[in-house]
Amino acid sequence: MMANTNGYLVGSNLERVLKAGHFAVTAELGPPQSAEGDVIRKKAGLLRGYCDAVNLTDNQTAIVRLSSIAAGAILVQEGLEPIIQMTCRDRNRLAIQSDLLGAAALGIRNLLCLTGDHQTFGNHPSAKNVFDIDSLQMVQMVTAMRDERTFQCGDSFKGPEPRFFVGAAAAPFADPVDFRPLRLAKKAKAGANFIQTQLVYDIPAFEKFMAKVRALGVHKQTYILAGVGPLKSPAMAKYMKSNVPGILVPDELIERMELAGAPWAGKSKEELTKDDKKARSAAWQAEGIQICIELINKLHQIEGVSGVHIMAIEWEDAVRPIVEGAGLSPRPVVTESPPLAAALG
Amino acid sequence: MIIAEQKSLEELKSLVGTAEKVLVVGCGTCVTVCFAGGAREAAITSASLRMSSKLDGSPKQVSDVTVQRQCEWEYLDQIAEQVGQVDIVLSLGCGIGVQAIAEHFPQVWVVPGLNTKFLGLPTEQGVWAERCAACGDCILGLTGGICPIARCSKSLLNGPCGGSEAGHCEVSPDIPCAWQLIYDRLTSLGRLNVLLDLQPPKNWRTSRDGGPRQIVREDLRLHIEED
Ligand code: SF4
Ligand code: SF4
Repeated sequence: MMANTNGYLVGSNLERVLKAGHFAVTAELGPPQSAEGDVIRKKAGLLRGYCDAVNLTDNQTAIVRLSSIAAGAILVQEGLEPIIQMTCRDRNRLAIQSDLLGAAALGIRNLLCLTGDHQTFGNHPSAKNVFDIDSLQMVQMVTAMRDERTFQCGDSFKGPEPRFFVGAAAAPFADPVDFRPLRLAKKAKAGANFIQTQLVYDIPAFEKFMAKVRALGVHKQTYILAGVGPLKSPAMAKYMKSNVPGILVPDELIERMELAGAPWAGKSKEELTKDDKKARSAAWQAEGIQICIELINKLHQIEGVSGVHIMAIEWEDAVRPIVEGAGLSPRPVVTESPPLAAALG
Repeated sequence: MIIAEQKSLEELKSLVGTAEKVLVVGCGTCVTVCFAGGAREAAITSASLRMSSKLDGSPKQVSDVTVQRQCEWEYLDQIAEQVGQVDIVLSLGCGIGVQAIAEHFPQVWVVPGLNTKFLGLPTEQGVWAERCAACGDCILGLTGGICPIARCSKSLLNGPCGGSEAGHCEVSPDIPCAWQLIYDRLTSLGRLNVLLDLQPPKNWRTSRDGGPRQIVREDLRLHIEED
């Protein structure tokens, strides 16, 4: 019994928006390090109406947080559409499949398959990791659960299959850089319906990546959403540039951030009043948001980019001004069946 | 080979506890080559325990002996008498050696003097690195002779993950990224196409995940003919 998805693979809002040819917007929501569901409701309120679906991170950077599926279920209650993230670090193939059956039963219809940061980064570095399967194998596994109604072991199952619009991540600037377009192609081949990339700040570098992706035809096999995120301060920009693998931050953007804080630059820490610091933060944040808007506008022009994924970590209220500033608000509501030509995905 | 490292003297002392007669047993194979538990280390350990127990005011009788291989009964038979005369055996063998002594001498209290680390090799003088995780189903033929199970921090079969940077793994700048190595090697051999195939999930049953492993070779077993 195949679920009636009205011509869609899954019929999630994200799928509808992408298949209708709209430039999609997704945003990230980090669940709390506590059992407080209200935080999620509050953050959801900040994102409502400004994105097509919301990513719920899965123990991001290997720090224990409220589960992505539980957070996703809260979002469903709130009338927002979740994309639950699932890493290979914490669950074996049994746990992943079982949790995804549950997630589907809770009304969750988008999934992002990730390898997961190594546990030594997080708050339980002495934990044993799993990595039973990798992210590509997870894509393949959940696609087969949806399309063939089989578990990873090959057994078929009766009853409703979990139907997910399946995503995977891409790190365009991680090493070995030349292999990245090929690895993305592998993810599309595994069945990824959409891709969300690592943060993009360096447009020329991303254009080069996309040229290779287009040459492989991958943009016609999967929807590519470019990752963007507002810079909060020059220090954050510098930190990401030198400490986070696979993120390129051009000096020009760091200089712009510094310039935004220039009126307060001459003063020592002690000289800065509380109000000074507040004003400086506001100036940095305004510039960060402005840069993000400009990045989105440039990404919009690149052939093969189907949308953006906004990662405003612990700064969810930046999403609204970014989406409005980029002219991507209001978000489309797609009610009709997909156009026949939208066979992609 | 098996690479191991010595435990601290503090830990050795606490493991030996109040035992008065101690036999330190070295092993002449892997742990000799990696300078952790050979005859030389056994002699030094035994001397250190003797001296420190003297300093602590309760001198112990500590002697040492090294066998060719602690993991074979025939070599352990050679030290049966010495083992029978002590309160405790401190094995400087790998974890297999310690267990072989426990299994072969049921009456003897044996404690480990080493931490057994991994299966690997010396990459340069004084540096040892892991190479194999004994997964039981070798896939080196798919990866140009570089093991992603043991050498990729996430044991990925379709790597590299997004954390690979400038040749090293996201876990530490001191760990080469196995998938960068695989990529480089296959590229230089003109076999990059191997990496374009999706590798299916691994069958971990052949690994420790299938439970403790054992190999039985009927062709090699000694069958006693019954008449
Ligand atoms: S594939 Fe398995 S057997 Fe081969 S080197 Fe790696 S861990 Fe060892
Ligand atoms: S950086 Fe390389 S070695 Fe480390 S986990 Fe990722 S692919 Fe494996």
